[in-house]
Amino acid sequence: MPNTATYKTAPLKCWSKAKELRLKYYEDYAQAHERGGLRWAGGAWSFSAIPAGLGRDVWSLTSEPYSASIAFNKPLSLRCLEAAEKAGFARDLCAYMRNYWGSVLLNEYAFGGPFPKPDFLWQDHICCTHAKWYQVVSDLEGGIPHFCIDVAVGPYQDVAPHKIDYLVNQMHDGIAWLEKTTGRRYSDELLIEAVKNEFRSTSTWAEICAYNKNVPAPLEEKSMYSLYVLGTLHKHDREVADFYEELRDEVRERVARGIAAIPNERCRLMSDTQPPWGFLNIFRYMEEFGAISIGSLYTFGLIGIWEDKPDGSWGPRTTPMQKGIEINSRDQALRLYADWTLSKPEWQHFYSPHLKTEMMLRIAREWRLNGILLHYNRGCEGLSVGIAENRLGLIEAGFPVMAFEGNMGDEREFDEARVKARFDAFMETLGFKKDGKSGPRSTGDRHA
Amino acid sequence: MVSHAGVDQETFAKFRNWRINRAEYAKQWKQRTGGKVVGYFCTYAPEELMYAAGILPVRILGSHEVQDVTEPHIFAMFCPFCRDCLAQGLKGRFDYLDGIMIAQSCLHIRQAFTSWQKHIPVDYSYYLPMPHHVQSQHAAPFLTKELEVFKASLEKWLGRKIGDQAINDAIDVYNRNRQLLWRVYETRQAAAPPLTGEEALEMVLASQMVDKQDHSAALETVLARLPARPATRPTGTRLMILGSEDDDLEFIHMVESCGATFVIDDHCTGTRYFWNEVAPDGSPLARIAERYVKRVPCPTKDWPERTRVRHALALAKAYNVQGAIVMQQKFCDPHEIDTPALTQALRQAGLKTLFLEFDVTVPIGQFKVRVEAFLEMLHEDDLF
Repeated sequence: MPNTATYKTAPLKCWSKAKELRLKYYEDYAQAHERGGLRWAGGAWSFSAIPAGLGRDVWSLTSEPYSASIAFNKPLSLRCLEAAEKAGFARDLCAYMRNYWGSVLLNEYAFGGPFPKPDFLWQDHICCTHAKWYQVVSDLEGGIPHFCIDVAVGPYQDVAPHKIDYLVNQMHDGIAWLEKTTGRRYSDELLIEAVKNEFRSTSTWAEICAYNKNVPAPLEEKSMYSLYVLGTLHKHDREVADFYEELRDEVRERVARGIAAIPNERCRLMSDTQPPWGFLNIFRYMEEFGAISIGSLYTFGLIGIWEDKPDGSWGPRTTPMQKGIEINSRDQALRLYADWTLSKPEWQHFYSPHLKTEMMLRIAREWRLNGILLHYNRGCEGLSVGIAENRLGLIEAGFPVMAFEGNMGDEREFDEARVKARFDAFMETLGFKKDGKSGPRSTGDRHA
Repeated sequence: MVSHAGVDQETFAKFRNWRINRAEYAKQWKQRTGGKVVGYFCTYAPEELMYAAGILPVRILGSHEVQDVTEPHIFAMFCPFCRDCLAQGLKGRFDYLDGIMIAQSCLHIRQAFTSWQKHIPVDYSYYLPMPHHVQSQHAAPFLTKELEVFKASLEKWLGRKIGDQAINDAIDVYNRNRQLLWRVYETRQAAAPPLTGEEALEMVLASQMVDKQDHSAALETVLARLPARPATRPTGTRLMILGSEDDDLEFIHMVESCGATFVIDDHCTGTRYFWNEVAPDGSPLARIAERYVKRVPCPTKDWPERTRVRHALALAKAYNVQGAIVMQQKFCDPHEIDTPALTQALRQAGLKTLFLEFDVTVPIGQFKVRVEAFLEMLHEDDLF
């Protein structure tokens, strides 16, 4: 076997901490009632800093990462999917949603024990599925109170005061609803603290991803999934914001020391949409060709908040705190929060695939890519919407594209051998051959 | 074109001709009025505002033909309707459009709009962020502001202002058409409805394609003739049809040839299109906003409460429905999510249901077997 290692590698020092934080999150949620606290469930994109104003003993279960955890456990996932189908739900619906419903129907929590019923549902809506998901959850659980905020006001480039007003007015209604539903008095102080944490965590995550512009990249996408997930669990949490700053410092140091994610980096790729969670080994297969996925609009922009920098590059959005803005009131916090969140990159393509193509091209150029992998993800209409137009736009701009069909959360719709065969052909067209070895792992170990 | 045994050609021929010759109609309308024609993709489009601007809004619908032109543009996991609509544009069948617009609804149909924007030349395109949280008190004020932005955009395109009087007049034109459609629909509550479901569908489809003033004049004629219309066919089983977008006349015709009549629907090519009027009080844009926010919702906007179920049950009762056919456009997520709750509610109300999932074409033979079995089942109690 030829030794094709070019770069030094090293494990991430904070890897185990990321794992601990994730496990603690799911345990905290399950044990909330034992501690006299509250449980709520909602999407990873929901305005999670708002329920934080109810107290420090309020824990959440965000649906998408929870469902991805189910999908990683194939036997459990299959039982969940079949339970949802048995209840009358179509097999082509969102795979996360079906896994989640199945977990409720089976009364099995993926982290052990019965499914911990939430006290209330707190959601946002930009995808057709979002509010409807929890409408069904409420039904299945015997009528859990449900509040949902519509955020589909158009792309951020067209943001206007009346659009912010629409979101903020719903948020104010939501806070009144939270007080009424839980019987608790709301703390603006805790809200402001949580909003600041979220600004910090989502901007810092973007900064971490921007370091992957470096050649060799300090992180590879399979490991990034285990890191970005914290932002999908509780992005408003101080521990997450602090962790991302610790991670950012370590990644910066890796770049300074020339530490690579994979030792044989020769071909830089990005993916798109959620990966097939039960088949993350395809990323390791890619490395046999010296190919690294440096991330994706999904990994960068699902929680990361970005902006145009003065030099024309894409980088972390400057937080209100960095701008010297003092946040003194509920309404001010909510307005800043609405504006901040509306600039989320992964919300823009809901209005036009052409906006997404522009962002993908930007990544392809600034992160110096050789090609792009598009996961035509049957499990997620929200992130697959417009993907065929993205393909056309990327090809038109001169980037090689490999499309493959699959499903992030339904293993019955992913053909591993076929995808690998397509990848072989893609690599051949790009002029890369297998090393015959995959080299040591750098940024993490095997993970969900 | 399918045969239409049992359909009074004279009374409803005009609607059918308009539907079939919609392109010719639109071209002649442009010549006659000097106005522009804008295609819209969802019934949340505020047609009144466009009409006030001298625009003929026409709905872009599919052709129910197998096609192979949309595969590069829309991933095949999205509904056949959105792909069928885009196919019409790619095939040049809407070459008379001056512009296109969409009022935000589901993810599926907006892809037909965004691909059309990029690949099919039109002078004007507009994406209206129609709110989803229509049960919120803040939805109508938000939509009013969005209508102001849309109005300004139309004014810029057309090079002239759209006055309040013109909008009020357009509201009156549209309300009159809704009232007339409602009156025709009301006649279907009779023990022997004077029109078939197929005729009703032809009538509503045509209303989405022609000038409302022409359509209303035709409806006046229909209403004058209906009381004296001779019964040419037995009513048979009284059915309701509901579910995803469905303008498949061939399917309706097949069911009604099996000893049944559709007496009511909950479709966006039926009642959901015209059921609600614009209220008389307030500024014209606020009134329009209120109407679209409070109309019978598409399931994608029907949350947190499922208000459409209550509405469907009320329709079933008012029209003395004996059974319901739930049509599911393949991959239509909002309806797929609602279907279990909807069918459960119908069954609890004593109505048996038949669930049919269809694609761009309808398997008439297979569906006929199932429809016949369903109709037999509905009458099992009559045997004893």
